[in-house]
Amino acid sequence: MIEFRKVSKRFVTGKRTITALEDVELTINKGDIFGVIGFSGAGKSTLIRTVNLLETPTSGEVLIEGKNLQKISKKELREEKKNIGMIFQHFNLLNSKTVFENVAMPLLLSKHTKKEVEQRVLEVLQFVGLEDKVKSYPDQLSGGQKQRVGIARALVTNPSILLCDEATSALDPQTTKSILQLLKRVNEEYKITILIITHEMEVIKEICNRVAVMENGRVIESGNILDVFSNPQTETARNFVSSVVHDEIPQSVYRLMEIHNGRSHILKIDFVGLSSGQPIISQVAKKFNVDVNILFGNITELQSIPFGNLIVEVVGDSIEVQKAIDFIQSDTVNVKEVLGHGSKQTNFDRSNLGNVVHG
Amino acid sequence: MEVNRQILIEAIWETLYMVSIALFFGAILGFILGITLVVTRKGHILENKVIFSIVNPIVNIFRSIPFIILLVAIIPFTRLIVGTSIGTTAAIVPLVLHVGPYISRLIENSLLEVDDGIIEAAKAMGATPFQIIRKFLLPEAFPSLILSVTTATIGLIGATAMAGAVGGGGLGDVAITYGYQRFDNVTILVTVVILVAIVQLIQSIGNIFERKLRRVG
Repeated sequence: MIEFRKVSKRFVTGKRTITALEDVELTINKGDIFGVIGFSGAGKSTLIRTVNLLETPTSGEVLIEGKNLQKISKKELREEKKNIGMIFQHFNLLNSKTVFENVAMPLLLSKHTKKEVEQRVLEVLQFVGLEDKVKSYPDQLSGGQKQRVGIARALVTNPSILLCDEATSALDPQTTKSILQLLKRVNEEYKITILIITHEMEVIKEICNRVAVMENGRVIESGNILDVFSNPQTETARNFVSSVVHDEIPQSVYRLMEIHNGRSHILKIDFVGLSSGQPIISQVAKKFNVDVNILFGNITELQSIPFGNLIVEVVGDSIEVQKAIDFIQSDTVNVKEVLGHGSKQTNFDRSNLGNVVHG
Repeated sequence: MEVNRQILIEAIWETLYMVSIALFFGAILGFILGITLVVTRKGHILENKVIFSIVNPIVNIFRSIPFIILLVAIIPFTRLIVGTSIGTTAAIVPLVLHVGPYISRLIENSLLEVDDGIIEAAKAMGATPFQIIRKFLLPEAFPSLILSVTTATIGLIGATAMAGAVGGGGLGDVAITYGYQRFDNVTILVTVVILVAIVQLIQSIGNIFERKLRRVG
């Protein structure tokens, strides 16, 4: 468990003081894959560095399993650091050493027998899938392989916490996915708590169970990933969410509406939670005297729970359509008419469009 | 006038003797000063304003004194260390004091080239400052350090030419006393050719090592 208690960090350069963190309160539970997202300069890099004291907080405290690492001796701190692995955006591998030597490095800093080191290093290299690259040098590896070496090096001391500092930001989307899957396995198989900082919402969406949004050194929003994604409270969070969950209405739908008129209604159905597994659309078509036509959809998975929206065209009597809407509406499904004959929401949604398109 | 072969061979040995001994001690001095200059600077692993602001100007002072001046200026110190102020051995003391600070600057540059991320990773692993220097900084900078030492060695050969001023002998001394002062152009030419050959040889060896260590070519 990692707890941030009113953590602030100020850098003084000459006469200017830069506040990198201000009164950050966060609790990361054991077993979490906790994501911190923010634009560059939001303070997230400083935040993750206060965990293993690469940066010391100006005020407040960071507790690891209830222990404040600032209050222990240097020797004890070095011991505690073996419990906190870290991986980096630019991997930070030693180019003069082989993959094996790089991964062995944390073990070589304290007393271990040669046999112990060899056994453990080969074990973690196998876990990350690089058992055939033992004798290679970092400059002979791809970016994804380098990060795998980084992960192996971080795991070699058997830590209970893994810090990921923009670990996938230098990688292409395909490699990012595979590294994220590896991190998920680290979390599941070794029961390691993972703290990830990133500026890519894709990363959060892919593996995190909880998320915090940072801006100007503050945590402006945090919570369960499903809650933040389905109901973002701040503009910044909304922008991040819309970068991975497209809920804008495509232009083609508007064009379609200009052709149809009269009996056609466009509905936007937001799914949060298990209900998207239920056959709502077909039930509506059976129960009411309407035709349902799916125009656009975006369903994604968060924490193995379907999440997203469908834009459907419902053709029928206004009364029947209203009945259908009432039927669909529930706790986990939110429906609203986007564009219908005489609908007042039309303007609202059009103005919203420009807002989300850039994300 | 014919160049005395015996004198030349003796001079080559004197030069190699001065260069190798001075390089050995100069490198030790240079590594100590160079590493100190890096790790005590602001924001580094053993930040220490006092030590840095003492070592830094000392290195600058020794770097700016022309070698011929240094050679005679420290005669009392030389006598204290090796018991004499004349001869090949006596020339080594000023050579060390000359090349040590020079090497320290080269080493400082090589070490500063190492990516800060490496140091950050080392700190995150819980490495001690000594381990960071020994197991991270020096190995990463090693190819570049080899080139630095090569450059320093060549500079040292140039400096030994002045060792004649304190009776140190060597190739430079032969060129001046037998060549320049006796208007013997052949002797000058021969010593210069030998010096060029030695410099070429050292540079080539340095380059080969550096390429091997960087695993290129």
